[in-house]
Amino acid sequence: MPISEPDRPVPEALLDQQRGAGRGKLKVFLGASPGVGKTFAMLEEARVRQRAGRDVVVALVETHGRSETAGLLASLEQLPRRTIDYRGQTLQEMDIDALLARRPQLALIDEFAHTNAPGSRHPKRWQDVLEVLDAGIDVTTTLNIQHVESLNDVVARITGVRVQETVPDEVLQRADEIELIDLPPEELIGRLREGKVYVPQQVGRALENFFTKGNLTALRELALRTAASHVDADMLTYMQANAVKGPWPTQERLLVCINEAPVARALVRAGKRMADRAKIPWIVATVVTPRHEALGEEARAATLEALRLAETLGAEPVTLHSESDAASEVLAFARARNVTRIVIGRPRRRWPFGYLREPVSDRILDRATDFEVTVVAQHARIERRRILAAAELPRWRQWVPTLAETFAAMTASTIIAWPLAPYVPLASLAVIYLVAVSVVAFRRGLAAALAASVLGFLTYNFFFTTPYYSFAVEQDEAVVALLVFLVSAVFTGTLASRLKAQVDSMRAAQRRTETLYAFARKIASARKADDVLWAAAAHIAATLNCRSLILMPDASGTLEQVQGHPAIDELDAKSEGAARWAFEKNEPAGAGTTTLPTSEWLFVPLATASAPLGVIGVQFRERGSGLDPETKRLLLAVEDQVAVALERFTLAADLEDSRVKAEGEKLRAALLNSVSHDLRTPLVTVIGAVTGIAEGDEALKPADRRELAATALDEARRLDRYVQNLLGMTRLGHGALEPKRAAIDLREIVGRVRGDLQRVIAGHTLAVDMPRDLAPILADPVLIGQAVANVIENAAKYAPAGTSIGVAAANTGETVTLTISDEGPGIPSADREKVFDLFYRVSKGDGAPAGTGLGLAIVRGLVEAHGGTVTASAGPAGRGTAIAIVLPRADEVVVPDEAK
Amino acid sequence: MTGAAETHRVLVIEDEAPIRRFLAIALGSAGFAMEEAARGREGIEKAATAAPDVVVLDLGLPDMDGKAVVAAIREWSQVPILILSVRDGEAEKIAALDAGADDYVTKPFATGELLARLRALVRSRRRADAEPPAVAIGDLSVDLARRLVTVGGREVKLTRKEYDVLALLARFQGRLVTHRQLLSTVWGPAHLDDTHYLRIAVGHIRDKLGDDAADPRFILTEPGVGYRLA
Repeated sequence: MPISEPDRPVPEALLDQQRGAGRGKLKVFLGASPGVGKTFAMLEEARVRQRAGRDVVVALVETHGRSETAGLLASLEQLPRRTIDYRGQTLQEMDIDALLARRPQLALIDEFAHTNAPGSRHPKRWQDVLEVLDAGIDVTTTLNIQHVESLNDVVARITGVRVQETVPDEVLQRADEIELIDLPPEELIGRLREGKVYVPQQVGRALENFFTKGNLTALRELALRTAASHVDADMLTYMQANAVKGPWPTQERLLVCINEAPVARALVRAGKRMADRAKIPWIVATVVTPRHEALGEEARAATLEALRLAETLGAEPVTLHSESDAASEVLAFARARNVTRIVIGRPRRRWPFGYLREPVSDRILDRATDFEVTVVAQHARIERRRILAAAELPRWRQWVPTLAETFAAMTASTIIAWPLAPYVPLASLAVIYLVAVSVVAFRRGLAAALAASVLGFLTYNFFFTTPYYSFAVEQDEAVVALLVFLVSAVFTGTLASRLKAQVDSMRAAQRRTETLYAFARKIASARKADDVLWAAAAHIAATLNCRSLILMPDASGTLEQVQGHPAIDELDAKSEGAARWAFEKNEPAGAGTTTLPTSEWLFVPLATASAPLGVIGVQFRERGSGLDPETKRLLLAVEDQVAVALERFTLAADLEDSRVKAEGEKLRAALLNSVSHDLRTPLVTVIGAVTGIAEGDEALKPADRRELAATALDEARRLDRYVQNLLGMTRLGHGALEPKRAAIDLREIVGRVRGDLQRVIAGHTLAVDMPRDLAPILADPVLIGQAVANVIENAAKYAPAGTSIGVAAANTGETVTLTISDEGPGIPSADREKVFDLFYRVSKGDGAPAGTGLGLAIVRGLVEAHGGTVTASAGPAGRGTAIAIVLPRADEVVVPDEAK
Repeated sequence: MTGAAETHRVLVIEDEAPIRRFLAIALGSAGFAMEEAARGREGIEKAATAAPDVVVLDLGLPDMDGKAVVAAIREWSQVPILILSVRDGEAEKIAALDAGADDYVTKPFATGELLARLRALVRSRRRADAEPPAVAIGDLSVDLARRLVTVGGREVKLTRKEYDVLALLARFQGRLVTHRQLLSTVWGPAHLDDTHYLRIAVGHIRDKLGDDAADPRFILTEPGVGYRLA
């Protein structure tokens, strides 16, 4: 028998356990109905823990006027409540900020399903609880079974009362411990009679119906089952985490297909129960087709709401897109995701059009031969009414042009048909009307198509069937013709209107693709991160017809507006809070979400895989539009592109940074080398010569003494020039150099330099060729003097003694060119650009003349600071080096005669 | 002239002790008597009490701005002031000259150059009382009394402004005369910014004297600051 490999724990299960480590623990006291004593049990347990040394705080507990409860409460520390004024009413809510600041080990928060007063941070108390848990504080809370989201339908069916305040199952599943407070129904009814039970408002009306023995028994069973299934789930996690072998279900999935039909929410809840029972992950999918896009806002909102519900119940919400065949799209998706069970709703057959095409659910049933398909009946009368009541009729403004066009089309048809009537058969005239109906249908949609059909029918009947000018019909033949016309008109109209819907949807899709493509192109060509952000803000604003913002943290971590379309002055405190939330928790917040929904802005995080970058904010022109799948898709696409683009910039900047750093390192090494060598060499001579003079005393011959002094002086002067160059370079490097320009005569500069360099050029002859009419240049005389001096000094250093150094100048258009040439060894053409680099020297080693590699670099720096250029080339006769400095000339000025 | 009359007192205001030390030796051996001050305030005080013939002032003093020292001394004395400046301090140097200093020497400097400047300053001070009738440099002669300029005995015809410029330089022969001084004396205080008048006039004077700007014999350029007659 082979030895089996030790069973490994499932990583996800370990992660789940790990995740709980930094978070507070949640304990829920679950009851079947009000009055079973949950709050009392919670307080008693808290007292026990407090005596055991735990730091316990009552964040919010309602006594409902019961003295026993109040007595227990008195011995515990209570947090003051926050008072909120809402439309003249004073409401009291839990003060979550005070609780987070107080940081107890355990907080008691009553009534898990409570809905907070408008204007609170979260709409629901369970969201407050999650935040408290995230802060590492343990929480105990209480909950009645009818407030569990997935049981909502069931409870409504049992009791006939639908509870509005619900807690998502997902949240309940996060509870570390669930304690069931059980009370036999008889005893509860007894307590109710004695007035010991506080009756919540929503139950009050249905009091007689609610607290019946049958109801309570059913609810008790539900509560017991929920608590038991939680124990099951705990066991499962434990088994997986500890690699206990067991009969694991393969990774199957359940897929719930929904559309805008009112049954959607019920389908989602049914799916949740099925998935829970089978303990498999589940997906809720909707398919967006052109038909769906043609639907009204209300219908789309219904789908959206169902998807949101699915998300809170723990499903993965998915939006699929299909041009025509929704069924095959669903099935392809199901196969790709390893779905084994599909849940669909029973199709609605609405007269007359529902019968014209096969419903999607039927097509799924036909083709899903390899799936287990469950068809759920409609139990959604209440919700359907609501939806129907809410569905607005199109506004009269839209009806007026539609009706006008319909009338016009029919009148035109009649005018065309009238003269033809005597010559063509009656039935042919109908075709003219059919064409008109198609045109109206294509232009104005289904409703107009139907109106046109009826109007066309009446007109045709009135004008062209006997008796003329009456709606009465005489002949049987005409009756048939009329009926055929009506049916054809309705069909043509329907088809044409669907065609219109399809075309509209394709156009919309094309527009989206085009704008997204344009956006991608724009940010691909962006040169700065700012451009990317600007393009993103503009794109979002244009595509979603909203105002958009991009916020990013500044150096101190405060979120700052970096782009706005249009830019806004300041966000209100609530929106700022939502932005901060979205940034810190990396999830959407603000309008249309469950966090700070009263904010006017919706914020979604902008993050790369490695780090959060900021948040994108959108403010829709119409309140209430929120994060529907389309918007979400667009924001995700933009976010992706922006993140990638920004990452590109960051990487490029990093690369540039390291390149600059490397360059800097190289320069530093060169500078260190230069300083240690070039600074010390002259000092060696100076110190040597001066000590010779100082210590040689009488022994030194006067001629030797003079020789030593002269040597020391030369070297000291060289050192001075070197330090001067280093200083010059530093000033150039820091941009501290500001030429004080004036019109100057280059000949004067040369004259001055010549005087300064007397000793340096003593061994050479200086051949100056500067014409009298040389134009003045616009330059700083001192700086240009230094540049010229450096070039001449360089020439004297490299050219052998006795040769001549040429200094020539010429007017060259808008510039003046000064060329200094020598008869030295010259610069190889490959090195002619490099000689202007810092610390670059053509010949190296000890045999080379003492130099610093700074001189020509400074020349270039100085000349370029004046808007001039400097280049090296071969000397006049092809020998030596010629350095040409080109400087801008100054404007000629006229001196008035009296000033001469 | 007696030996005692030839001994001029030099006040050196300089915070660097090594520089004061070598100046004391150099100036002593050249026949100057040296007073020294290490701080600006001390220097101003000594300028009043020691009655120096010439002041050597370092611009980089620790306690006060060199310009302020010049201004303080100029409140009551016309004693010549020679500025010692580092090579990068162009702006400050010009400001000190405009504040009333008479000449400058760039650090590091050769002792010989400093002595020559000091002598020129002392000489021109003596002359201030009695203007010299004529100044000669090589074969150039400027006869201030007769307003006559000759080169190698040949008369040179200058315009009035050109002559005024040359005469001013000659009057302060060997000393730096700033653009500002030249412009305000020759063209008037309204033309302080018209440096091109001066540039063009000097260009013409050089042409007429047969002097080459690129290899000057008579008029030396102090770029951006002024001119001096050799």
